[in-house]
Amino acid sequence: MAEYKTPYTGIAGWFDQRMPTAMAEYRKHLSEYYAPKNFNIWYIFGGLAITVLAIQIVTGIFLVMNYKPDAALAFASVEYIMRDVPGGWFIRYMHSTGASFFFIVVYLHMFRGLMYGSYRTPRELVWIFGCLIFLCLMGEAFFGYLLPWGQMSYWGAQVIVNLFGAIPLIGPDLSIWIRGDYVIGDATLNRFFSFHVIAIPLVLIGLIAAHVLALHDVGSNNPDGVEIKKKLDPSGRPLDGIPFHPYYTVHDIFWLAIFLMVFFFVVFFAPEMGGYFLEWNNFIPADPLQTPPHIAPVWYFTPFYSILRATTEQFMYVLALGTIGMSALLVLTVRNSLVRGAVAVGTLVLLLGYFTLDPKFWGVVLMGLSVLIFIPLPWLDQSPVKSMRYRPGWHFWLMIVWVVAFVVLGYFGTQPPSPAGQYTSMLGTVIYFAFFALMPWWSRMGTFKPVPDRVTFHPH
Amino acid sequence: MKKPIIRLGVAFMLAVAAAGAAASGAETPIERWPSDRAKSLGSLQNGARIFVNYCMGCHSANLVRWNRLQQIGLSDAQIKEFLIFGNQKVGDPMRIAMTPAEAKRWFGKTPPDLSVITRARTSFEYPGTDYIYTLLRGYYRDNGTATGWNNIAYPSIGMPHTLWERQGAREATLVQTHGHKDPKTGHESFVQVTSVYDAQGNVTRTETELKGPATEGFSYSFKPADAQQARQFDSDVADLVAFLSFITDPSSASRRSIGVWVLLFLALFTVIAWRLNAIYWKDIK
Repeated sequence: MAEYKTPYTGIAGWFDQRMPTAMAEYRKHLSEYYAPKNFNIWYIFGGLAITVLAIQIVTGIFLVMNYKPDAALAFASVEYIMRDVPGGWFIRYMHSTGASFFFIVVYLHMFRGLMYGSYRTPRELVWIFGCLIFLCLMGEAFFGYLLPWGQMSYWGAQVIVNLFGAIPLIGPDLSIWIRGDYVIGDATLNRFFSFHVIAIPLVLIGLIAAHVLALHDVGSNNPDGVEIKKKLDPSGRPLDGIPFHPYYTVHDIFWLAIFLMVFFFVVFFAPEMGGYFLEWNNFIPADPLQTPPHIAPVWYFTPFYSILRATTEQFMYVLALGTIGMSALLVLTVRNSLVRGAVAVGTLVLLLGYFTLDPKFWGVVLMGLSVLIFIPLPWLDQSPVKSMRYRPGWHFWLMIVWVVAFVVLGYFGTQPPSPAGQYTSMLGTVIYFAFFALMPWWSRMGTFKPVPDRVTFHPH
Repeated sequence: MKKPIIRLGVAFMLAVAAAGAAASGAETPIERWPSDRAKSLGSLQNGARIFVNYCMGCHSANLVRWNRLQQIGLSDAQIKEFLIFGNQKVGDPMRIAMTPAEAKRWFGKTPPDLSVITRARTSFEYPGTDYIYTLLRGYYRDNGTATGWNNIAYPSIGMPHTLWERQGAREATLVQTHGHKDPKTGHESFVQVTSVYDAQGNVTRTETELKGPATEGFSYSFKPADAQQARQFDSDVADLVAFLSFITDPSSASRRSIGVWVLLFLALFTVIAWRLNAIYWKDIK
């Protein structure tokens, strides 16, 4: 075999001679990864999510050095970290702040995808891996939240695990199996610790690798939704693409610096963030005999929690109407008689279920569905163009209505139950699901603007 | 009305508190704790002295080590001489002799550890420091309760007024306004109940029917026998709350001062990153 002659000199050459993979991957993912040059501020959040992940992993490693996953010691060990471990408060506040910022950047990252159609062909897998990452992140946050063993940790976990009890037949046994005890206890704390520090992070890192690899295979979308690979220069490089490194590395470092200012402002000056990042009740040690009057999950779960709470006996009629309307729409628009028959049967089964099973069960189903509904988005969206820029103006406003519903649901999820909150959450739930369920129809409607051949770019 | 319910554990007490809160009709006005006390070492040390002498009979601060009080300007020798009773070492946590099981047997409920109490009592409505400042100054004599004490911020409180000697005798006037809706006519009428508790805890109640529309509410006022002593007491409680707030989050002062430098560094770094970015992107047409 002929000896490989490296084109690199110095350290890079030394490595390339011995491990050509290293330099090949460097080229593939950084120096010769051509990204569209018209990225705007919405494109910084993927990189920021990776940064927050790094912060969470590094601070997590240090926290585990002093944390005790033991129901009798956990609460005090967290305070021990905050008081007696040198720099411990810094590590812990970074970790608790990082958890909330993870969701902030991921929600903005997903919103970007929604706005510019980044999930459309050929990026369906990128999107699905992303949705799975989001699921893992929710699991990671949920398991991690039990660890400080405060009142909210305890009762939040109790409420969520009890939800599995609403599943017919297997529910009660399933929730005991998850807890490892009849109530949240030491066994639960130990297994949640294990999930939080090893099981979920392993899956998470694997999924992130898949997300990035899939993205780099097909290339990034951009605010215009134009495929830059369709216009190449004579050497085969996209005309509107620029190497990720150095252009986007310097660009992302600049935005990272701004992000870190916000992040560290919270860490140093408002680590509780007014009770939203660290809930006040969680400074009371867990007490199985004392249920707090108002149990609210941390803010990033509250939109989904609101959907759960909105699903009352009363709401079952709304749900039934929605299901009937949906199946009527399907029967009227789908030609295939087999599909029509299946829809009719499915609707009957659902209607029967709505009024025989506990509404709480349907609340759990809707809450699960509200997270999973992101996955089929590439197929729900039937619009002829990707980016909101070239879609009818009202498509954009429809999306904003959905975002408002999401935020309002989130707000009422933090509040104690009230009639006003109840009805608003019901309306929010209807908007939330109608947006996705009717998307195959509304996304084709309206007048679309012509999509340019090349990206729109104004030199800086 | 949320706060009392959080503290009462068992269902029975929960019901009592709910009834009490319902009777009061509205939330107790929470007074502002003078937060400048947190910056004064003298106040913090005075607070530590009151805490050790009056609170630590029943309440521990197990998450705080004695030598943490170096941060409020005390030396190990001073901590040992003036604050530690018994044979604890300066590196020990601020423990008490009474065990939680004993406390439960004697009082029906274990007095909570106060290490993180001002944080734990914070809510979206007010900071925990304000709540405790109001609570500790909200006691009045009431012969109708088991301890002979009642509290405007926490009706039927189980904790007696341990600081009563420092506060001195006083008379309390509680004014409650509640509405009553006639289920048949739908007519709403308001009644104002004024309860005056004298220094011995004997209550005189007067009810007046209010003419015209009113809002439900609760207000109170105190008439101390010795105004000078009452003012001194308020100041001592403010110091005590400053101390409780300090032990809740001892890193907060250094956190803020380091934070300023971190943000300054990041601001400088942002400028450099911004210019670097501009230099590279100059080529992109």
